[in-house]
Amino acid sequence: MAQYKMHLLVCGGTGCRASESEQIVENLKSEIKNLGLENDAQVVTTGCFGFCEKGPIVKIIPDNTFYTQVKKEDCAEIIREHVLKGRKVSRLLYEDPETQKHIEDSKHMGFYQKQMRIALRNCGFIDPENVDEYIARDGYAALGKILSEMTPEEAIDILKKSGLRGRGGGGFPTGLKWEIASKNKADQKYVVCNADEGDPGAFMDRSILEGDPHSIIEAMAICGYCIGASKGIVYIRAEYPLAIKRLKVAARQAREYGLLGEQILGSDFSFDIELRYGAGAFVCGEETALIHSMEGLRGEPTVKPPFPAEKGYLGKPTNVNNVETFANVPAIYLKGTEWYSSIGTEKSKGTKVFALAGKINNVGLIEVPMGITLREVIYEIGGGIKDGKKFKAVQTGGPSGGCLTEKHLDTPIDFDNLIAAGSMMGSGGMIVMDEDDCMVSVAKFYLEFTVEESCGKCAPCRIGNKRLHEMLEKITSGKGVPEDIEYLKNLSRVIKDTSLCGLGQTSPNPVLSTIENFYDEYLAHVTERICPAGSCKALKLYTIIADKCTGCTACVRACPVDAITGEKRQPHVIDPDKCIRCGACYEKCKFTAIHVQ
Amino acid sequence: MNKIKSLEDLRKMKQNLEHGMNIREKSNEPESLVQIRVAMATCGIASGARTVMNTLVEKIEKEKIPAVVTQGGCMGYCYAEPTIEVRVPGKDPVVFGYVDSAKAIEIVEKYIVNGELLDGIIPTNYKTINDKN
Repeated sequence: MAQYKMHLLVCGGTGCRASESEQIVENLKSEIKNLGLENDAQVVTTGCFGFCEKGPIVKIIPDNTFYTQVKKEDCAEIIREHVLKGRKVSRLLYEDPETQKHIEDSKHMGFYQKQMRIALRNCGFIDPENVDEYIARDGYAALGKILSEMTPEEAIDILKKSGLRGRGGGGFPTGLKWEIASKNKADQKYVVCNADEGDPGAFMDRSILEGDPHSIIEAMAICGYCIGASKGIVYIRAEYPLAIKRLKVAARQAREYGLLGEQILGSDFSFDIELRYGAGAFVCGEETALIHSMEGLRGEPTVKPPFPAEKGYLGKPTNVNNVETFANVPAIYLKGTEWYSSIGTEKSKGTKVFALAGKINNVGLIEVPMGITLREVIYEIGGGIKDGKKFKAVQTGGPSGGCLTEKHLDTPIDFDNLIAAGSMMGSGGMIVMDEDDCMVSVAKFYLEFTVEESCGKCAPCRIGNKRLHEMLEKITSGKGVPEDIEYLKNLSRVIKDTSLCGLGQTSPNPVLSTIENFYDEYLAHVTERICPAGSCKALKLYTIIADKCTGCTACVRACPVDAITGEKRQPHVIDPDKCIRCGACYEKCKFTAIHVQ
Repeated sequence: MNKIKSLEDLRKMKQNLEHGMNIREKSNEPESLVQIRVAMATCGIASGARTVMNTLVEKIEKEKIPAVVTQGGCMGYCYAEPTIEVRVPGKDPVVFGYVDSAKAIEIVEKYIVNGELLDGIIPTNYKTINDKN
């Protein structure tokens, strides 16, 4: 076997593939061949590196050189300069947004320095379509160890001690969930992996499945052994074609090696998985709705109890865990509970993956220990707010969560602290907002999503959210009155108290938390009829400053609705009733005579 | 593909496979490893740096020495090529000149493993921008 001196890792995640990373792999390989370096350098397609902002990424091992925004035309230069002659291609290196200096390797990038990768341990490191690379990194060793050395009770006990909590949103202790499912007797039980990732902006589950599918298969098998299930089902949204493909390849390889199937690793335990495709309905991320969808029924939730652990898929005990939760499991068994529970805060152990998005310099996927502060995430890993603007808020928990503001910047992030701050962990979307974002519009955006995704089964969620949305629409279009704020709060409480499932019980959170944290902004909308962030179009007021106007009539010709009138060479006037706030006059005026409020 | 029939089989398989992944594992913690940088400029390659690099890679892999071999550009000692820079954690980097395969093995065995000093060290009298702090 050739001993490669260099490995060229190319991101093959959905984001980088969209910018032609497959072609980059081809070009790198052909250039290596041209120069006769086949025995020196190996090109590997890996999962996501997380640094999606600057993709496609090519990382050179062993010196950890981190090339960003690589184009297919750059490949020849990388091979000729770096691989052949050891000279780094500096124009492709990452540039620190603060110092404007090139950073040579990933170990010195702020983005990676504070991260701790457990769930993402193999993403951007191994070839997800090569089971041998997973095995070389102790893959399936946790399953092997459990099957040959532990009883299911002992194995569950370890998971309980580790303190792992569900990463899908609720934060329920995983070990306890397994224990309940294991105690319910039945002729058939099921392990379900919830890969119906639906929060706007969150893509950690997709990245894990694309970058390290074997870890999910291994963890599901471990879960199967612990709860006494021989069948596993991955419920994955059909919009994730690459994740589906990688998962299928991984399952086939695992079967060929006998890591799925009958009598795994010489034990009495048999287990196999199959895939079910979801149509991408947000509500199907809720356990009971997910199970109904798998049964071929409408994806609607039902009242718990009975919990899926008693009566789940086809009426049999079913354990549902989210992708990221499963990804942590093999690592816990390999490295031990002491190691795992040493990471994080008192009640939230381990790490959490966040999808960092919005007005931030380093958009991407990050994994950080629980207890890290928002400040560290935004300013050290995220590289600060884009274009030097002022930080305003960060939205966590997706449509179920809320906004955190400047006063929360130093709060350690964990399940309980986020709830105390009026938001929640959710599945880990983190959207950063700056001074230009209007918080009423943000709340409206999330409500729009909820209205769209509500399954319609219960009235509070179906009708209530629609009313909330209408009210927010009214406020942002400048027709709100002060009483509306109270109305919003009351209706929110009713929806929270009376909705059937988690979707409706949490959907008013974005409204409540923005009212709580940005009351003045709501007030400005309904009393003064202005939008302090200047983002609500309907609340903008265009006027002409008479002193500056030369009467050139450029604006008259630009206005699509004939709202501007006036004599030639005399100051003009805008009729606010006719004006549609399109801004055309503002752009046309050469004398800065148009004033926007 | 053969089925893996026991944990023992799996472990054996892992041992055979990890060889190919070693270089990636090592790159995860470069600070704790001996770093050997082979100057791979045109003059270096012409005087045999590639052979030296191959020898080094095979040697450290075979003896399981905690070191990582990387390539560098021209170091400026064109008269003494091939040159390699060895950076043992906690020590100042040392540059060796006129390195051939035999010398490379000697450097690994004597300098890296035993810490003995050898002939052929080029006194470095420069600073790089990385050294200034």
